[in-house]
Amino acid sequence: MPHLTSGTRVACSFAGITTEGTYITDRDGMAVVKLDSGYNIGVAPESLSFLAKGEAQPAFHTEVVQNPSLPELSIISTGGTIASRVDYRTGAVTSQFTAEDILNAIPGLGDIARFRAEVLATILSENMNVSIWKDLARAVYRDIREGVEGVIVTHGTDTMAYSAAAVSFMLETPVPVVFVGSQRSADRPSSDNVMNGLCSAAAATSDLGEVAVVMHASTNDDACAIHRGTRVRKMHTSRRDAFRSFGMSPLGTVQYPSLDVTLSADAVRRRDDEPVLHDTLEEKVGLLTFYPGMDPALLSAFEGCRGLVVSGTGLGHTSADMIAGIRELTDAGTTVVMTSQCLNGRVCDRVYDTGRDLLAAGVIEGEEMLPEVAYVKLMWVLGQTNDAEEIRRLMATPLRGEFGRCSVHGL
Amino acid sequence: MDYETLGLKAGIEIHQQLDTREKLFCHCPTVLRDIGERNEEFFRYLRATVSEMGEIDRAAREEMMVMRPFTYYAYDTTCLVEHDEEPPAPLNPEALELALTMARMMGMTAVEQVHVMRKLVIDGSNTSGFQRTALVALNGMLPAGARIESLCLEEEAAQRVEGVTFSLDRLGIPLVEITTAPDMHTPEQVREVAAYIGMLLRSTGRVKRGLGTIRQDVNISIREGARVEIKGVQELALIDEVVRREASRQVNLVAIRDELLGRNASIDEQTHEVTALFAETGSAILKRAKYIGAVCLRGFAGCVGREIQPGRRLGSEMSDYAKKCGVGGLFHTDELPAYGVTAEEVDTLKSALGAGEEDCVILVADTKKKALCALAQIQRRARMALEGVPEETRKMLEEGSTAYMRPLPGAARMYPETDVLPVPVSPGYVAGLCVPELLTAKEDRFVAEMGLDPALAHQLAFSAQVGLFEDVVCAGVKPNLAARTILATLRELSRDGVAVEAVGDDDVLAVLLEVENGSVAKEAIPDIFRAVAGGMNVRAAVESVAPGISEDELLSIIRTILSERVDFVQEQGMRSVGPVMGVVMKEVRGRADGKKISDLLKKEIQGML
Repeated sequence: MPHLTSGTRVACSFAGITTEGTYITDRDGMAVVKLDSGYNIGVAPESLSFLAKGEAQPAFHTEVVQNPSLPELSIISTGGTIASRVDYRTGAVTSQFTAEDILNAIPGLGDIARFRAEVLATILSENMNVSIWKDLARAVYRDIREGVEGVIVTHGTDTMAYSAAAVSFMLETPVPVVFVGSQRSADRPSSDNVMNGLCSAAAATSDLGEVAVVMHASTNDDACAIHRGTRVRKMHTSRRDAFRSFGMSPLGTVQYPSLDVTLSADAVRRRDDEPVLHDTLEEKVGLLTFYPGMDPALLSAFEGCRGLVVSGTGLGHTSADMIAGIRELTDAGTTVVMTSQCLNGRVCDRVYDTGRDLLAAGVIEGEEMLPEVAYVKLMWVLGQTNDAEEIRRLMATPLRGEFGRCSVHGL
Repeated sequence: MDYETLGLKAGIEIHQQLDTREKLFCHCPTVLRDIGERNEEFFRYLRATVSEMGEIDRAAREEMMVMRPFTYYAYDTTCLVEHDEEPPAPLNPEALELALTMARMMGMTAVEQVHVMRKLVIDGSNTSGFQRTALVALNGMLPAGARIESLCLEEEAAQRVEGVTFSLDRLGIPLVEITTAPDMHTPEQVREVAAYIGMLLRSTGRVKRGLGTIRQDVNISIREGARVEIKGVQELALIDEVVRREASRQVNLVAIRDELLGRNASIDEQTHEVTALFAETGSAILKRAKYIGAVCLRGFAGCVGREIQPGRRLGSEMSDYAKKCGVGGLFHTDELPAYGVTAEEVDTLKSALGAGEEDCVILVADTKKKALCALAQIQRRARMALEGVPEETRKMLEEGSTAYMRPLPGAARMYPETDVLPVPVSPGYVAGLCVPELLTAKEDRFVAEMGLDPALAHQLAFSAQVGLFEDVVCAGVKPNLAARTILATLRELSRDGVAVEAVGDDDVLAVLLEVENGSVAKEAIPDIFRAVAGGMNVRAAVESVAPGISEDELLSIIRTILSERVDFVQEQGMRSVGPVMGVVMKEVRGRADGKKISDLLKKEIQGML
């Protein structure tokens, strides 16, 4: 029997009858066959016999027609769920797609703008790294320099908030840079990709002038929230409305299906300035979640790091046992920034003794920054300067709206 | 109708909900809820996804012609899986075990590895836009000779509340879909096979009962017709009528086709705006319409208005297609003048379109966009009339006629559920499953071994309480007492408004055992159940309703009663036993066994004579 490849027509002896189907793959020692009814079953490979070679799949391509009278947006794709595709014949979910596919997958985008598109990466978002952040910031910078009205970055949702924060610090943008993803895969009719995609395009053509994340505001298909790139966090593994703003209300909303954009007074507005790129990041920075009973010896893993963000308890604490180790790190030149696991609220290490001891050990208070935002910011600050006082000053100064001087009540 | 000459072929798909503890892909209970108990509502849009080949499934495409926000009701017994906000849990092993048991009962072969698929359905009944379904077994045979092609394990869809609002309680309840080969050739055969499969499924004792828990889809064709799938026949009693009506629909459509072809009928490509013609009309619908469109069907006169099923015309079929665009319906000149449209208006309309005696003009009134969409659908359906019977999915109406739902879907609407891993099924596991006794065999056994009356045995075997009956008999209660209590007493109490659902199986068993060992009279059973339904435990209920009565007490009651009726007893002799018995029974109210009372009473009366 010839070697079976995906798509081969096979006869399958089973249950006393012979049925025809399409061989798909081997899985757990069984051959997966798609019957003509559309159902897949697993059968013993030896029960199959070859009938015919599979027909070559016609390449699927739809020409994207652009409307030249509309403003131009750029779509930079990094991978993730938002435009993933399922091969109906094999059942495989393909992560290889072009940004043009997004225009095919999200009908209606072409009514909002014309697009240029680039595939920067096709990765699962847990594989995102500093090198791709830099490439991303540079690509966004280039497109803005070339005059696009706004930029959409499609991204896996798991680490989207990190990337949005990284680009926030690396780029001073006069136009919207909108990160968008989807929580439910694009191959399902209920996917949030279409609504998120259309809302992101509406936000990217709006009066916004900063880096934002645009995702479902609630479980309803009624509106997307526009979150500041340095204030947003994924707060649910699977819900559509997983993304939430911290320490401030969202920058605005995009109604669906009208796509009307409303911006809050806090939102930075679109400007005519040129963008500015600061694309150096210090990679030797760590992020440590303190937990009760933590062995102080774990701190030695961060020896040699230029920076360490601690996600502490409450107002910003670790156990007293940790303080000596932290002092050793700061003495060796590591910048240590304290944030809180509470996520909501501001760090204050001047209330309890442990906090005062931490300050005495050289710890910098991370204000109301989310731990991962403080981590990204510290990478960026250490990439800009080696001067200890300047590092301290920059960490204590809101640069991209990552914290406010006053904690807003009611949140 | 001679079905053999017509070449009638029919097959059925039976969908039966399983009575498992949890749903198929999450750990929520399989309970239905009152919509008033909902604690959340949300709404979503669905859109057909494009396949790798660049196709959208034809059924899905049609559902998408109007984008609607679907509203869902959620409960404290539904979770994020039903909300389509969380990946599914692994396939429920209890449901798989039950499906495999059913497969064995029909002599089917289980697949060695079960793959869960997604079947595209975007009518709103699934929050995800697809129904999860898995082929579990193939190729079986029923004793009557009908071949069973496949058995699938599926998740139940959400129940429609009204319009585009759905309730999530039903979504995800496991069901089996059993598909027969198209082996049936008369309406009666279809009904018999459906009834047999229903009996077989209920024999497991682990299927849901009640309206809507079992539904049949019927596939029907005649030789000159086409395959039509009729969805959701809930009542077995209607299934043969559905087949009869569909067969006659196909016969009538074929006859209309022949007539149209004989007339050289055709469909105008051009549609016309005729809004101005009805500016002064007396028809309320036409008067308030923003746009009235018309199309002429040449040679169609008389055919559009012709009845093809009771209450249904070719015009109704066209109207079903038009409604997909969101319009309310259509008018056609076969039925006009009527509905406030005058004969003069019809004449003006016909001459505006150049329509003659043989032609039929169709009118649609709505917004321009909807009306043009609807006219295109009407032209499409009219072209199909020249071909004969279109392949369709249809829904059943009351009484057994049907209406168009959507085209038959293609196999391309099925793709793998990547979030659920394949489940291996070993032949040893299947062979080890316990196959339950068929209800028909049970019925025979009740007659042969327990001496029950055949009608009672039948009623009992097919009742939902057959399990309780067998448990009670097994514990030592006489079959007749058990049968009467379970079938009659509880039902009568329920009819009287007693909350018998509070009387558990254990309570029934406990009370019957008390009767069996003589400590409670069987006459006291209804009152004890009343007390239990009111919240008492069985012990307390027995104490309060039927405290034991000693033989001395009983004798003294009997003597008192007799002493008040000396003349009557003397006069009637032993014939007085019956009337006096009633008086004594009333007095002791079930605290003593009837036979015992009767024995004592006879003895006393004999003594007096």
